[in-house]
Amino acid sequence: MHELSIAMSILDAVQEEVDRHGYPGIEAVHLRVGDLSGVVPGALSAAYEMAAEMTPFAGSRLVIETVPVVIHCARCACDRPVDTVRVMCCPECGDPSNQLVQGRELEVQALEVSS
Amino acid sequence: MTAVTPRIVEVRRNILKRNDEIAHTLRQRFQDAGVFVVSLVSSPGSGKTAFLEKTLTLLGRTCRAAALVGDLATDNDAARLARSGAPVKQISTGTVCHLEAAMVQDALADWDLSRLDYLFIENVGNLVCPASWDLGEDLRAVLLSVTEGEDKPAKYPTIFNSSDVAVITKMDLAAAVEFDLAAARRHIDSVRPGMAVMQVSARTGAGLPDWLEFLAARYRDSGRTPSA
Repeated sequence: MHELSIAMSILDAVQEEVDRHGYPGIEAVHLRVGDLSGVVPGALSAAYEMAAEMTPFAGSRLVIETVPVVIHCARCACDRPVDTVRVMCCPECGDPSNQLVQGRELEVQALEVSS
Repeated sequence: MTAVTPRIVEVRRNILKRNDEIAHTLRQRFQDAGVFVVSLVSSPGSGKTAFLEKTLTLLGRTCRAAALVGDLATDNDAARLARSGAPVKQISTGTVCHLEAAMVQDALADWDLSRLDYLFIENVGNLVCPASWDLGEDLRAVLLSVTEGEDKPAKYPTIFNSSDVAVITKMDLAAAVEFDLAAARRHIDSVRPGMAVMQVSARTGAGLPDWLEFLAARYRDSGRTPSA
């Protein structure tokens, strides 16, 4: 249910960008959503569609790129994606790691602006 | 006539930027006031309020502690916590399933934080929604009661991964529900390697001295000194 709060934050962010740059309209909003961001893409899309109805951005699309969780493995001395967020270990050597390189992202990446 | 194609403009901004800015301001305020702030997250019915009531009562003997409690509708939890003698304030979230930094900021607007050593923020009982919102806290504690099952961390990896300490509550019921402590610890360590794990019973008081010691160590590590 918190996806509705997130959707409204996205719309606020889009409104700010529109106010700042004077874009004539928004066709789509591109997001980056990490697997450990606490947001479910499907639920967010539904919440966005609903929340956007009451704004000038009604009908705009949400394009979500999910960002896999990558940890830094000290033993292998490199960054590796985990197999599952339930096991925060290096998939190669099995060492546990708390060094998150990516996976918590919750970002507006880009806007598709009407010409 | 040529087709009109939209152009793509890069934005790159954090969706929760506004919350993060308020959380940053709060964190600075907590630091300046010398108050150590702990947030508590858990599912409903995990014993958060009983655990916090005991914590406030015990801490009250040697230092000054207070609590903010988030609740959807009732002020029952705030009333229970007030029995500890500590200052308690309710944040009614209405239908909102989590606390946000702005709610904490509003609730603390007229508080003199410099009179406190510890402030606890009890989030709404929910293991999903609170995960994404920074409240400016120094420490996030996730509670897991023995009656919930050992694999809770595997089911809710995001909140466990974003927490700093796990507290296993209702340990007095562990034998009755055949709670597998080793399995629970394995699940916690899997989603958050190396996270400290406490085992407590608010009813018997078991494990609470360890918890207070843990808090005191984190308090010292944060560079804060007790208020006069």
